[in-house]
Amino acid sequence: MTEVTRRGFLQGGAAVASGLLLGCQTRPPQARPHDLSTQEVGTFDTWLNVTPEGRVVLVVDKVEMGQGTWTGSATAVGEELEVDPLEIEVRHAWVDDKFDSFGIQGTGGSTSLSDRYLPLRETAARARIMLERAGAERMQVPVESVSARDGFVSHPPSARRLSYGSLAADAASQDRPKEVTLKTPEEFRFVGQDRPRVDGRIKSRGEAMYGMDTQLPGMLTAVVVRPPHAADRIRSFQADRARKMRGVVDVFEIPTGVAVLADSYWRARQAAKQVNLEVERRDRGSAESAALRAEHRRLLQAESGKTLRNDGDTQAALQGGERVIEVEYFTPHQAHATMEPMNCTIDATGQSVQVFMGTQAPGIVRDVVADVLGRKRDDVVVHSCLLGGGFGRRFMPDVAYEAAEIARRSKGPVKLVYSREDDMARDFYRPATAHRFRGAVDAQGTALAWEHRLVAPSLLGHMAPRIGGALGPEWMRGFMNATASGFARMVPRFTGPILAHEGAENIPYKVENVRVESVLHDPGIQVGIWRSVGHSNNGFVVESFVDELAVLGKQDPVEFRRNLLAEHPRHIACLDLVAEQSDWGNPGPGRSQGVAVHESFDTVVAQVAEVNVVGSQIRVERVVCAVDCGMAVNPEIVRSQIESGVVFGLTAALKSQVTFEDGVVRESNFDRFQMLRMNESPAIEVHIVPSRHSPSGVGEPGTPPIAAAVANAVYAATGQRLRELPLRLQA
Amino acid sequence: MIEFDLNGERVRVDIEPETPLLWVIRDEIGLTGTKFGCGIGQCGACTVHLDGKPVRGCLTPVSAAEGRKLTTIEGLGPDADHPLQRAWFELSVPQCGYCQSGQLMSAAALLSQNPSPTDAEIDVAMSGNICRCGTYDRIRAAIHQAAKEMNDGKGGLG
Repeated sequence: MTEVTRRGFLQGGAAVASGLLLGCQTRPPQARPHDLSTQEVGTFDTWLNVTPEGRVVLVVDKVEMGQGTWTGSATAVGEELEVDPLEIEVRHAWVDDKFDSFGIQGTGGSTSLSDRYLPLRETAARARIMLERAGAERMQVPVESVSARDGFVSHPPSARRLSYGSLAADAASQDRPKEVTLKTPEEFRFVGQDRPRVDGRIKSRGEAMYGMDTQLPGMLTAVVVRPPHAADRIRSFQADRARKMRGVVDVFEIPTGVAVLADSYWRARQAAKQVNLEVERRDRGSAESAALRAEHRRLLQAESGKTLRNDGDTQAALQGGERVIEVEYFTPHQAHATMEPMNCTIDATGQSVQVFMGTQAPGIVRDVVADVLGRKRDDVVVHSCLLGGGFGRRFMPDVAYEAAEIARRSKGPVKLVYSREDDMARDFYRPATAHRFRGAVDAQGTALAWEHRLVAPSLLGHMAPRIGGALGPEWMRGFMNATASGFARMVPRFTGPILAHEGAENIPYKVENVRVESVLHDPGIQVGIWRSVGHSNNGFVVESFVDELAVLGKQDPVEFRRNLLAEHPRHIACLDLVAEQSDWGNPGPGRSQGVAVHESFDTVVAQVAEVNVVGSQIRVERVVCAVDCGMAVNPEIVRSQIESGVVFGLTAALKSQVTFEDGVVRESNFDRFQMLRMNESPAIEVHIVPSRHSPSGVGEPGTPPIAAAVANAVYAATGQRLRELPLRLQA
Repeated sequence: MIEFDLNGERVRVDIEPETPLLWVIRDEIGLTGTKFGCGIGQCGACTVHLDGKPVRGCLTPVSAAEGRKLTTIEGLGPDADHPLQRAWFELSVPQCGYCQSGQLMSAAALLSQNPSPTDAEIDVAMSGNICRCGTYDRIRAAIHQAAKEMNDGKGGLG
């Protein structure tokens, strides 16, 4: 019999004890987690460590949120080090300036593997040379006569071999080779092969440690009772009853709400229901979805905004065109809805501050926590956990800020946990956008004019105040924080809706007269980056409108695109491959096809969606994709990421949206924020265009084209052109 | 005090009887493989087995487990090597992985009832589990692969 007391169940034996880990890493927190560069022997270039036992430990600064970064990194290293990637232990890095990617240590923009592929291979190749040199020295043979493979340096003439582990210390103290020769693709054993993910086992066993799984001795769980709208103020609160409830340790106010601390999540949550806020209503902006649509319509006609691109003379071309159309498109707000709700654990009781969190931006988290606690950056240690989904949401440090405000007042370590409702109510949403297109074709059906006016808020304007302080050196923090707020207010006025226009101004199609304009409009709803960012909206509207022009010119949608893409061979290759694989023009019985192609993050994806329309029901039966992402380091991960992008995009195309009433989100949980489920999920095929170019991103590019591919297929099926997400057929 | 069998071991917890199983498993017992996703039985991330039947841990009070057999992902297969877990690894099903414990528990419950499910039967059994990474296609394939392996192993339907 195992008596379970408050987390004191160690006598329960190994099966139970294995779940009792400290924090999200598989060993207790250290002052500097996994800082291989300073102490440990057998370390090569910070990233790579070979232990005396021969374990190969790889530290990656890019975080694993499902996109396969751990596997891609281990593959790059394993290839040059001659070790099976599955044998490599991958860990998340500490925060260090040397890991800066775009001024801050972060993961996003589908850049992980494209940024790290060559540096990691070079590190591993150097390590292999150093191991070979150390082995040759130990065996007293010429270095040319030895070779490293599968964990051993071998000398075939004498049939001797030495393990990497036994050589590691000597090898790491060798002079760094100035030049390394990397393997050629013909020599690859792992790169380019379909292989399982390095995190596949732990994630099939419940052993993967996410931020939510952090457990520290004496840790409390905090939940926050917040006012309906972030702008509202708490005048006072009543918590007498909550304080008396079992397990409740503390209740206090923080800038965003009232924190309830208890010895378990459930007890904290129950007590939170007994906390009454007296809220002073503040200006909630114009955050009302119905009113926003009317305002968008007005702006599309009334404002010309900022010109992002102006080729030729669209005005003249529209007047002279044989056939002309003018149409409007709308997209709603979207939530990230990561499966793991937001959370952050902070222990501020020791000499250094320990933070446990799944975050896309550990560098920003470190800065924000240091700010709130009045500590130096170096006093804050961020333990990056696995992320139960990121999609851009976990780039924002708001949760760490709140957790730090709680930890500042807490006597012990504390884990802040959002309910799903909290998570939905305080997201940094994909913005709702509006688009007006005008286009013209000539008598032969050739596109003459392309005019696109988009209305959107500035994503950077909402993000900058939160991340500004982390962008500069420590002594500039105050200044950076101040200027970031100023930047957020001022700069968008000159620059327009930064990030929201991605994928709109740089359309690949060769049209003589192109004009793209952006109108900055901010309804006061907090927005941010959502998988593929501006591309997610613009992929839909651009690829839908191209289809409209094809129809207007009485052309086949694939042929029409091909004719305008002469300068973009990668687009053409993807279109041709997807047309061939989908048997374009011959959909299955009762089905219709739609096509879309879009480039984002240096990767081109073409998709053909096959839909079946019954009444007003749209069923997506099959999606065929062709992708050019340069060299596919692990084709299985490329395929799975494109599949993932398709399903993520289908949820937004067919099901989900976030709407606001008096500034408050109506879709508070998954009963109203509906996502694609297995019975609605199509068969998805992904075909990879062979390439020898360096790898580009695959985490996001699968998302932008899918809504248009489906909408175009629905048009083919019904003649109804759906210009709003989520797609709704009139019955 | 509430007593039940957890992954083959008897445990006794002193807790409010209405506490959901999910939070007893995670916060009291300290097994973190079972996940919190929505708290309203919509996503299935907290799926566990009570006497072999799948239940949503976030909605099932611990009192309902009194005297019964509770299985979590940690107890799914001996040595964490259930055919489903092997198939999940081999077919690279997990991405972020957060929902996968729940997916596996739903899939295991399906296979214990129906050793050779069709695509349509898999859809019905698995549609209570949301995967935001969209691994549905691979889950379907992995269930078929595990089913085949389990059936071949029995020497029956192979």
